[in-house]
Amino acid sequence: MTPIYLDNNATTRVHPEVVEAMLPFFTEQFGNASSIHAFGAEVGSALRKARRAVQALIGAEHDHEVIFTSGGTESNNTAIRSALAANPNRTEIITSAVEHPAILELCAWLEKHEGVTVHRIPVDREGRLDIEAYRNALSEKTALVSFMWANNETGTVFPIEGLAELAKEAGALFHTDAVQAAGKLPIQVKGTDIDMLSLSSHKLHGPKGLGALYVKRGTRFRPLQRGGHQERGRRAGTENAPAIIGLGKAAEMALATMTEDATRMAGLRDRLEKGLVQQIGHCFVTGDPLDRLPNTSTVAFEFIEGEAILLKLNQHGIAASSGSACTSGSLEPSHVLRAMDIPFTAAHGAIRFSLSRETTGEEVDRVLAVMPEIIGGLREMSPFWTPEGPAADAFNPAYA
Amino acid sequence: MWEYSEKVKDHFFNPRNAGALDGANAVGEVGSLSCGDALKLMLKVNPETEVIEDARFQTFGCGSAIASSSALTELVIGKTIEQARKLTNQDIAEFLDGLPPEKMHCSVMGQEALTAAVAQWRGEELEDDDHEEGALICKCFAVDEGMIERAVRTNKLTSLEALTHYTKAGGGCLSCREPLEEMLAQLNAEMVAEGLITAEQAFVFGAAPKPKKKKKAGFELPPMPVPAVGAEAPKPVMPVVAQDGAAMAVPISIQPLAAAPAPAAEAPAAPTGRTPAQEAILVARTVEEMRPVFQRDGGDVELVDLEGSLVLVHLKGACAGCSAASLTLGGLQKQITEALGRTVRVLPVANA
Repeated sequence: MTPIYLDNNATTRVHPEVVEAMLPFFTEQFGNASSIHAFGAEVGSALRKARRAVQALIGAEHDHEVIFTSGGTESNNTAIRSALAANPNRTEIITSAVEHPAILELCAWLEKHEGVTVHRIPVDREGRLDIEAYRNALSEKTALVSFMWANNETGTVFPIEGLAELAKEAGALFHTDAVQAAGKLPIQVKGTDIDMLSLSSHKLHGPKGLGALYVKRGTRFRPLQRGGHQERGRRAGTENAPAIIGLGKAAEMALATMTEDATRMAGLRDRLEKGLVQQIGHCFVTGDPLDRLPNTSTVAFEFIEGEAILLKLNQHGIAASSGSACTSGSLEPSHVLRAMDIPFTAAHGAIRFSLSRETTGEEVDRVLAVMPEIIGGLREMSPFWTPEGPAADAFNPAYA
Repeated sequence: MWEYSEKVKDHFFNPRNAGALDGANAVGEVGSLSCGDALKLMLKVNPETEVIEDARFQTFGCGSAIASSSALTELVIGKTIEQARKLTNQDIAEFLDGLPPEKMHCSVMGQEALTAAVAQWRGEELEDDDHEEGALICKCFAVDEGMIERAVRTNKLTSLEALTHYTKAGGGCLSCREPLEEMLAQLNAEMVAEGLITAEQAFVFGAAPKPKKKKKAGFELPPMPVPAVGAEAPKPVMPVVAQDGAAMAVPISIQPLAAAPAPAAEAPAAPTGRTPAQEAILVARTVEEMRPVFQRDGGDVELVDLEGSLVLVHLKGACAGCSAASLTLGGLQKQITEALGRTVRVLPVANA
């Protein structure tokens, strides 16, 4: 039984062509790009090529607007800390309630330890941002607005260009965490009011441990780490040349077939969702039906718990993920689903299938073939379920 | 993925006695949808012999919750009510060849359902909103005093972290932290008196770090009296620790350092009442407990000497000469200060 990997929002398989592009830079062209000699020069020109590939992927005006980092988390940390340091008179951050922990936990820390005021803009049932709340939060005190381009759990896409315009009117910097969007959606930062953008290599079939931060030319910037002239002094440290070259190749490949990949993935996603909803019942698709990533589908199954579903799927060789971590320490199903006010009856049973451009129709059909039995079996065991259907009232615990 | 035993996997993938039980005459229901797990245990008890002739379960929850429920039914079938009443969550966990620590609450849920079913059989109805077994402590997970006491006693729990793993209490909003600490300390003190645990193991109220108080008490270093044992007065030294960074570098551990003896009923233990040798043992143990933090960064730490309010340590490997090590040392300093009940300064020295 060939395994089926539908957890591509967690990480993706490095494409063999990407590996091939990287390999010479370990043992042959291993020089330090800063060196004067030929070893260094070879690497230097390969890095330039990779930088241009990332520039093209996000439609930046200049290649030097791209800074390579160790990943999405570092890019996000750099952007937020830089914005605060470069604008000492502004002490507020606006972000959303559904950001990745890389943003939310940093904001919480800044709030607690560095006196920063954080506005977390709520979302509606479909995961769409409350624009009025955002407008009201903007002021002359806003140092930075940071919204994700697309949500990692539901795939909901925020109207980033418009949100950036509003930030600009208030004189605030605008950053977007585009880790899930880059490589899946067409992005053109040139001509927008986006000042900074984070992306990660391993979400688009590149290697792990590498990311990039776009910083629009002329944006006031403070490096997170110092100690070298690399990346024009904006990110010190010898370049991770093989990984950068890997990201360059991955970006090139993603861009080359983006439209057709997106169309195909969206078709498979719709087939998966339609099949699940029709066959199973008492489940629903989460996220904005009108504006979602083509590859992401989170379906909430009522009256059962996510981990049990994942274990059963795993037994069938299918890898997916759930927003809930059923441990004593973290009961909350998922901060994203809770922010969307998805009821507990369903939030605990939410399963995310994230496709890649390598996903096939046969794989989707195999998922559809096993899911009804998995869900049915678990529901038979659930105290909130009877053969006639849901029975949340049938359960009267001594205490709850 | 969790590391489940083969037995857990077996009972999850092939649950025994799942589904509704017709003619059940004792039912125990615990948990809720919002808690993330719920269990309905149904028993068929012979009224003459009080033997549990059949048992079935319905569970909403993760893999180990379903496996624990399945194990529970296997354990109770054939037993009398009196025998079943004595089953504990440990019996469920053992039956399954163990559960991951974070999942022990699943076995506790099984025991709670059994308790509820037995109570119903005996006509000791537990009221919905009136917690018969004492006050509701953790509102997030609906954990009451009775459940905490059973979990602490059965499993000899001596830390807040373990208590959370077993009962989920304190795993949500944290507002019940203080009452939980109080209860744990009181139960542990009773258990020490009963000889169930040693005084060293006992949780002492206030031993767990409390962020707010600490900032005031721990960060300002008051001039310390020179203890009688330290022959020479401590040399004036530059504080080496970035105090603000310390809190962030070292994850706050809720595992108490299990140092101070359980407070005697009337007189609180005097922090300075230890002999130099006892103090040395205490410091050595604290250093030992902190070593994994240093080892995680590729280094190590070794206790060299204890001089009055100075604790001298030797840093090895990657920690030696690393500026970040001072942050970790700050954490060590906090832990030793807490263990001894007096302020110390931890200084790195070149040679052991």
